[in-house]
Amino acid sequence: MTELEFLSWVRGPGFQIATVIFVFGIIVRLLEIFLLGRKANLAEANGSEMSGGMRAIFSRMAPESDTMKRSMFTIVAGYIFHIGLFIVIFLFAPHILFFSDVIGFSWGALPTPVVDMTSVITMITLAAVLLHRIKDPVMKYLTKTQDYLVWLVTFLPLLTGYLAFHRVGLPAPSLLALHILSVELLMVLFPFTKLMHAFTFVLSRWYNGAISGYKGVRS
Amino acid sequence: MSTKLEQAVHALKEQIDAPVASFLSSCVHCGMCAQACLFHTETGDPKYTPILKVEPLRRVWQQEYTFWGRMKKMFGLAKPITDEFLAEWEELVYDSCTMCGRCSMVCPVGNDITYMIRKTREGMAVSGHVPDGLVGATTRAVTIGSPMGVKFVALEAQIRHVEKDYGYKVPVDVEGADYLCMLSSMEIMNFPEYIGAIAKIFDHADVSWTLSSKAFEATNSGIQIGVSDIAAELVQRIVSEAERLKVKCVISPECGHAYTAIRWEGPNLAGKKFGFKVRHILEVLDELRQEGRLKTEGMKDNRLTYHDPCQIGRRGGVLEQPRNLINMVASDFVEMPDAGKMNWCCGAGGGVSTNERADEIRLKSFQRKKEQLEAVQAETLVSACSNCRIHIEDGLEAYHMDIPVISLTETLAEHLVDKE
Repeated sequence: MTELEFLSWVRGPGFQIATVIFVFGIIVRLLEIFLLGRKANLAEANGSEMSGGMRAIFSRMAPESDTMKRSMFTIVAGYIFHIGLFIVIFLFAPHILFFSDVIGFSWGALPTPVVDMTSVITMITLAAVLLHRIKDPVMKYLTKTQDYLVWLVTFLPLLTGYLAFHRVGLPAPSLLALHILSVELLMVLFPFTKLMHAFTFVLSRWYNGAISGYKGVRS
Repeated sequence: MSTKLEQAVHALKEQIDAPVASFLSSCVHCGMCAQACLFHTETGDPKYTPILKVEPLRRVWQQEYTFWGRMKKMFGLAKPITDEFLAEWEELVYDSCTMCGRCSMVCPVGNDITYMIRKTREGMAVSGHVPDGLVGATTRAVTIGSPMGVKFVALEAQIRHVEKDYGYKVPVDVEGADYLCMLSSMEIMNFPEYIGAIAKIFDHADVSWTLSSKAFEATNSGIQIGVSDIAAELVQRIVSEAERLKVKCVISPECGHAYTAIRWEGPNLAGKKFGFKVRHILEVLDELRQEGRLKTEGMKDNRLTYHDPCQIGRRGGVLEQPRNLINMVASDFVEMPDAGKMNWCCGAGGGVSTNERADEIRLKSFQRKKEQLEAVQAETLVSACSNCRIHIEDGLEAYHMDIPVISLTETLAEHLVDKE
C-alpha cells in the first residue's frame, strides 16, 4: 500500500467503518441504559424531579468549596483538558471544514496559532493527568488497563494532529493518514469504554439531581 | 456456582435499573468520591474509595447488561463473581459505609453512589456475607419488633416514668388522633426524655397524637442489611397501625435512617401510596412554629452548633427546619464548615453502629467530626438523631472532648412557656 493509498483508505472505508461502529455503538449503549427503565416512586414528593435533574446537569460543573480544596488538581486539570479538547476538535478551521462536509453547516474557527497552543497545553495537561493517575494512591488503586487505553487513544489524535500540522518526521500524507487513523481508533473504542461518559454524564447527573430533587434537596 | 451465590447474582441483577446503568457507564475513575468519604479521608486507605464499594453490582451490570461485558463473559474473560470476592467486599459495603450520601454530592459525572450501595447490600445479604451485628438486629426487629429487643412492656415502663416526671399524659392507641408518633429503641432505652419532650410540646400546642402499642419502632434494619422483604414487613407494621388508628400523619422520630425508611422507601417497599402523610418530628415542629403554636422563652447563650444527620438533611430534605427551630432558642448559633447538605456523617449510620466489628473504624473516622467541631469551637452540639447522638458522645469521649450533645426536640421543650 502506497502512502496515498493508505491516506485514501483511512479517509474512505476506514472512516466509514469507524463511523458506523461509533454511531451504532453509542445508540446501543444508550438503549441498554434506557430499556432498563426505573420504578415509579410512590413516596409523596417534596420537590420536582425534573427541575432537580436539570439543575444537577449544570450545578455539577461548579464543585462545592470543600471538594474544590480536596480535589483541586483533578478539577483544574479536568477542566483544562476538556475545554482544550473541545477547542482543538471543534474550533480548528480544517476540522470545521471537515464537519461542514459531513453535516452541511459550519461555524467560526479560532485563529490557528491559538488552537496550536491549546493543543500543546492539552497534551501537557493530559501528561500531568497520567502522572497523577500513576502516583496518587487512590487513583493508582482505582486504575484499570482500560484507563490507560482510554488515555492513549485520547492523547494520540492530539499528538498526531500536532505532528501533521507542523509536518514533523514523515511526509505530509502519511502524517495526515496517521492522524485520521488515530481518530478512528478513538471512535471505535468510544462505545465500549468509559469514553461513553461524554454522553451518559447528562443522564447520570439528571438521575442524581432528580432523586435528590424529589426529596427537596439540591444536589 | 453454589445456589446461594447464584441467588446473590440474581438479586444484584434485579437491582439494576436505568440510573444504575447510567452511573456505571459514566464513571471515569477520577477518585473524587474518595475525598468526600470520611472513611477514606480519615484513614487514607484507598480501598475505601466509594465507587469501589459497589464493585459487586458493577460486575453483574457489566456481565449481564452490556454488549462488551456479555462478550467477555462468553469467552471466559470476565472477572468472575465468586464467594471469596463477595466475602472480601463485606467490610467495604457494611463496615465502611454509612450510606451518608456525601460521595453522591461530589461526583463530577453525577453518580449517586449511595443509591448503588443500598442496592449492592441486597445482593450481599442474599450471599450471606453480612456482619453478625446486623443479622442480630434484623432478627430481633422481625421477631421482637425492635433491633434492640425492646418490647412494649419496656416502653410502657418508660411511659409511666415520663408521665410521672413530666406531668403530661402519653396517649397510647388512641383511635382518630391526628399524629402517630414513632420512636426508635435508642430513644426508648437511652433517651426517654424525648418522649417527655414530645408530650410537653404537643400538650403546649394542643396537638392530638398517640403512640401505638403494636408499632412503636420506626427504625428499619431490613433496609440497613439490604433485605427488602424484611424492610417491607417492618414498614407494613407501621402502615397497618396508622390505618387502624386512622391517623392523618405518622411522625418519624429523631433518627435519620428511620426517616428514609418510612418517608422515602416506605411506600415503595409497601408497594402503594400511603393514605397518610409521613413527616419528621422537625418538620412537624417547624409547622407548629409557622402556625405560631410554639411559644418559647429564654435563649441558650453558649456557642451552639447543629449536626445535620445525613438521612434527615442531605438524603431527606429537612435542612431549613432545624435552623428555624434553633434560632428560637439559641442566641449564639454557629454553623460548622460544610454544614447543611454537605455535612460530614457522624460515622455510625446505615448499620455501622450495630456492627461491633466496625467500632475501630467508626471511632477513627470520628476525627472528621472532631475537626468540624474544633473549627467553630462549639460548646454545645445539638442534633436530631439519637444514633448520631450516642455515637458522637462515644467519639467525644474517645477524643477527650467535653461537649454536651443535646436533642433539638428536647431543647425546644425546655424553652416552652408554661401554658396559661
